[in-house]
Amino acid sequence: MKSLVKFFQSSVGKKIAMSLSGLFLCTFLIVHVSINLLLFVNDGGAMYNEYSAFMSSNVIIRTIEIVLFLGIVIHMISGVWVWLKNRASRPIGYDTYKLSDNAPLSSRTPMLTTSAALVGFFLVSHLITFWIPTRFGAEHKLPYVMVSEAFSDPTLGIFYIIAVAFLGFHLKHGFQASFQTLGLKTKRYLWLIQSLAVIFWLLIPLAFAAMPAYFLWFR
Amino acid sequence: MNFTLKIWRQKNRTDEGRFVEYTVKDISPDASLLEMLDVLNNDIVRKGEDPVAFDHDCREGICGSCGLVIDGRSHGPNRGIATCELRMRSFRDGNTIVVEPWRAKAFPIIKDLVVDRSAFERIMQAGGYVSTKTGGVPDANAIPIPKPVAEEAMDAAACIGCGACVAACPNGSAMLFVSAKVSQLALLPQGQVERTERVQRMVARMDAEGFGNCSNNYACEAECPKKISVEHIARLNREFIRAKVAG
Ligand code: HEM
Ligand code: SF4
Ligand code: FES
Repeated sequence: MKSLVKFFQSSVGKKIAMSLSGLFLCTFLIVHVSINLLLFVNDGGAMYNEYSAFMSSNVIIRTIEIVLFLGIVIHMISGVWVWLKNRASRPIGYDTYKLSDNAPLSSRTPMLTTSAALVGFFLVSHLITFWIPTRFGAEHKLPYVMVSEAFSDPTLGIFYIIAVAFLGFHLKHGFQASFQTLGLKTKRYLWLIQSLAVIFWLLIPLAFAAMPAYFLWFR
Repeated sequence: MNFTLKIWRQKNRTDEGRFVEYTVKDISPDASLLEMLDVLNNDIVRKGEDPVAFDHDCREGICGSCGLVIDGRSHGPNRGIATCELRMRSFRDGNTIVVEPWRAKAFPIIKDLVVDRSAFERIMQAGGYVSTKTGGVPDANAIPIPKPVAEEAMDAAACIGCGACVAACPNGSAMLFVSAKVSQLALLPQGQVERTERVQRMVARMDAEGFGNCSNNYACEAECPKKISVEHIARLNREFIRAKVAG
């Protein structure tokens, strides 16, 4: 236990916790987007409702859900902890500071912190809109009805599209970064990491963005 | 060539410090930035004022003493060189050049452009060495090392400990420096004895000195005068995980 605490207190240990929890969240995204793609099945939401019911009643899924929350909490705590230490490490800044052109925009500090903060904000509001009503709501609307009603509101729909764009930004940085943090990013595997990354920073956000777009404009 | 210089002046560790503007005239395009500062200091001394303090020693890019943030870039606008190797022809005639010290909590300013980099020494003392028995020099071929491994270790060993990586990093992280020092020993048979202890001790010291965390920005690699690769940071992380699992 003592060595575990020491591990997380170290800079590298915190980053490892952040990358493992981040990658775990990435696997969750695959499951999440796959099920939500059922929204596009042209059956009035029957299949989607069925899967949602399964997800919220199955014991295994409910257990994984607890792990998922733990993952989010670990990721956020380590993220904020790292950010605070990083801010403290340069108390007096430069008059002129030109960050060299090595890093893509998504990895640069302003973008990184903005996208992480927005994704965090989105995550909380997302849980309030969809997760809390399905779990604890008094009236049980069918999940499909809830989603289609929510996304027919332009404000919410556009907010979701912007939010998943920032998720894409966050993962453009985060996915490849986690392999570096885990010591797995070498020249040999760079192509593989970068190809897989496209799924996370482009394809999944696009699929998520398509959902509010569909209910807003194409139905 | 003529330049306006905006230079950070700070009397001592506790002084608040401020920028002071100077002009220099008739600078040779082949002069290094440090030689240009020498010319400036001659003028300042002639006026009976306090010359600008800056670190330097070898002036050929091998000692790691020099190091300034010039127009927002560690060691100036060119890649793969130290401040002492930066020629004035890299700048446009008549321009204003901003010259600042390395900025990091772990590198407190001693005077003007001179910072205290002893944090690096303490990281080295924590584990950047190998234990050997003194005695006769062993035969050079007694320990076979594959060529690619030797090359990789040599690349890491090229680090001159200048601190440009820390200065460039938005998080003031020393990961590139520490990773070079861990790598050069972790790769070689001679470094195996302390391998597990070394990485843990050096990372712990790095954290205690107040350097930030790596956020995979890779500004360090771009500004390193020796072009140390961030692949060494991946190795450092690997070594750290290995040490925790093995130890
Ligand atoms: C679906 C949600 C999320 C996923 C899939 C995810 C994924 C990742 C991954 C894979 C990394 C890379 C770790 C590394 O650099 O080694 C990362 C980094 C990071 N994440 Fe997240 N993240 C998510 C949500 C959040 C949230 C809500 C926050 C806000 C607190 C956040 C803050 C950060 C920060 C600050 C980093 C640090 C980047 C760095 O220092 O390199 N993430 N994320
Ligand atoms: S890694 Fe490069 S920039 Fe950092 S101290 Fe070594 S030589 Fe200087
Ligand atoms: S003075 Fe030695 S590296 Fe510049």
